[in-house]
Amino acid sequence: MPERTCRIAIIGAGPAGMAAAVSAVEAGAENVLVIDDNPRPGGQIWRGETDDATAREWMQKFEPCGAALLGQTRIVAAPQPGVLLAENGAKTLTIRYEKLILATGASERFLPFPGWTRPNVMGAGGLQTLAKGGLPLEGKRVVVAGSGPLLLAVADEMWHMGARIKCIAEQAAPNAVMRLGLRLLGSPGKLAQAVQLKLRLFGVPYRMGWHPLQVDGADGTSGDDSDAPVASVTLTNGAAKRIQIPCDYLACAFHLTPRLELAHLLGCDTEWIERQCQRRTTVDAWQRSSVEGVYCAGESTGVGGVDAALIEGRIAGYAATGAQDRARPLLKQRDAWRRFADAMNETFAPRPELRMLPEPRTIICRCEDVRYEQVVAKESWRAAKLHTRHGMGACQGRICGGAAEFLFDWSARSSRPPVCPTRMKTLAERPSADQKGD
Amino acid sequence: MADAKRNGIKVWVNGAELSVPPDCTAAAAVARAGVTMHRRSVEGHARGPLCGMGVCMECRVTINGELHQRGCQTLCMDGMRIETAEVASDA
Ligand SMILES: Cc1cc2nc3c(=O)[nH]c(=O)nc-3n(C[C@H](O)[C@H](O)[C@H](O)COP(=O)(O)OP(=O)(O)OC[C@H]3O[C@@H](n4cnc5c(N)ncnc54)[C@H](O)[C@@H]3O)c2cc1C
Ligand code: FES
Repeated sequence: MPERTCRIAIIGAGPAGMAAAVSAVEAGAENVLVIDDNPRPGGQIWRGETDDATAREWMQKFEPCGAALLGQTRIVAAPQPGVLLAENGAKTLTIRYEKLILATGASERFLPFPGWTRPNVMGAGGLQTLAKGGLPLEGKRVVVAGSGPLLLAVADEMWHMGARIKCIAEQAAPNAVMRLGLRLLGSPGKLAQAVQLKLRLFGVPYRMGWHPLQVDGADGTSGDDSDAPVASVTLTNGAAKRIQIPCDYLACAFHLTPRLELAHLLGCDTEWIERQCQRRTTVDAWQRSSVEGVYCAGESTGVGGVDAALIEGRIAGYAATGAQDRARPLLKQRDAWRRFADAMNETFAPRPELRMLPEPRTIICRCEDVRYEQVVAKESWRAAKLHTRHGMGACQGRICGGAAEFLFDWSARSSRPPVCPTRMKTLAERPSADQKGD
Repeated sequence: MADAKRNGIKVWVNGAELSVPPDCTAAAAVARAGVTMHRRSVEGHARGPLCGMGVCMECRVTINGELHQRGCQTLCMDGMRIETAEVASDA
C-alpha cells in the first residue's frame, strides 16, 4: 500500500485546518500534510467561494504556504498511534505522522418528526450546499426551519439565488434569541452579521419559538411511508397555534454538532455539555486533546463559527510545532470567542419539547428504517443497535446519533472503525504494527 | 473548452439527456432533471439528499454503472450516466 510520511498531519481543510497549516509552517514546521475529503480547501463555509474578504485572505495565505494538500481523501481508520488509513477514490493510502491536528468541523443536527424522510426535506446548510453545487432554486418556495444563526445565513444566500423564502422558523424562544442578540451588539464579528442579515431578508417572517410539526406530501399523506416529496410543512409554536405552509423544499436543521468520529477513533476524550446539548472534544489551553500528540481545533472542539475556528487553528498549528510563545498572545481572544460560542450553543440547544415530535411510526434511523416505537424503550444505544440495527447502516450513526443522544439520553459515542463507509479492500490492507511500506 | 462552458456539460439522468453548468454535482443534476428520488430505503421508500456534505448517504445513485455513489460528492463529467432508484421502480 502506498505510504505518506509527514511531521504534522492535519485532517480537514476548513478555516481551522488551513489556519493550523499556515501557522505550523510559519513557525518552522516542515512536511505538513493537510487531508480533506473534498476536492478543494475551504471547508463548509468557503468551499469554492472567493468573494468573502476573510476567505480570500486565508486562501492566499494557505495556497503558497508550503503545506501539501491531499484532496478527495478520506481518513477511514486509525489502526495504531501515528498511523492513519485513507481512501482516495479507488486507492488506499497509509499516512504516518508525528503530530496530528483534527480540524474535522461540524455537521448539522437533524431531529426526527413525521415526514422528515421525504424527498426535498433537507438540511438548511444541506440545501444551501446542494444549491451551490448547481441545484436550481430560482422561483422555488423554501421554508427554512430548525435552529441557529445558520438558518439566517442560509436563507439570505438562497434568497439571493432566487428562492422564495416563505418563512424562517427558529425553535429557540424569542427572549433567548433576544438576549443573545444584545450580547452580539457588543461583539463584532461574523455572528453579529448573521443576525443582522435578517433585516435584509425583506419581508421574510422570522418566527422565534416555532418548529416543524409534520410534513405532508403532494399525495395528501403525512408521515414517512410515502414516496411523495414535501408539499407543505406544518409549524407550531408549541401552544395551540399551527400554520401550514406550502413549499417545494423544507430546509431544516437544529444547529450544528461537532464531528467526532475521528476523535473517538483515536481515543480522545470527549465531553457532553448538557446545557448545549452538544458533545465536543476535550482540549487544553494549547488545543491538545487527551491523547499525546493529537490536537484539535475548530468546530470539533465545540461549535463556534469561523472566527473561533481560525484562532483555534492558529493556536493548534503553533503548539504542535512547539511554538507556544507565538500562540500565547492568541489565548485571550480565543477564550472570548469560546465564551460567546457557549452562550450561542445554549441559546440554540433544542428545547425539551422537541423530544415529543416523533410519532410511534416516525423513522429515527434513516439507513435501516428503524422507527421510534422500536427503540424508545431500549435502555442504551448498544441495545438499540443489537435489537434493531439502529445506527448500524451506511451513515454509521452520524445522522441518528445526535438525535438519539437528545431524544433518549443515550450516549451515542461508539465510533467503531471504520469511521466512514469504506471498501472492504482497505481494511484487508490494514498495516500491522511491524509491517512498513508496500 | 469554450463550447463546454457555453453549452454546459452533457449528462444523462435516468436515460434523459440534459446539460448542466460546470461544477455541477450529480445530486444537483438529478434535481435539474426533475427527479426527487435518489434511492429507496430498506423498506422501499423514496429518499433524496439530506446533508449535502457526504455524511448521510441518502443521495446515493448509480454513476456510470457503479452502484451507491454519493451524488452530492461527485462532480458531473461530460457523458456521465446517472441512474436513480426511479429507473429501477419503472422497470
Ligand atoms: C452544511 C454547512 C453549511 C454551512 N454554511 C455556513 C455559512 O453559509 N456561513 C457560515 O458562517 N457558516 C456556515 N457553516 C458553519 C461553518 O462550517 C463553520 O463556522 C466553519 O466552517 C468551521 O470551520 P472548521 O474548519 O472547524 O470546519 P469545516 O469548515 O467544517 O472543515 C472541516 C473539514 O474536514 C473535512 N473532514 C471531516 N472529516 C474528515 C475525514 N474523516 N477525512 C477527511 N476529511 C474530513 C470536512 O470535509 C471539511 O472539509 C456551515 C456548516 C455546515 C455543516
Ligand atoms: S446528501 Fe448526504 S451524503 Fe450526499
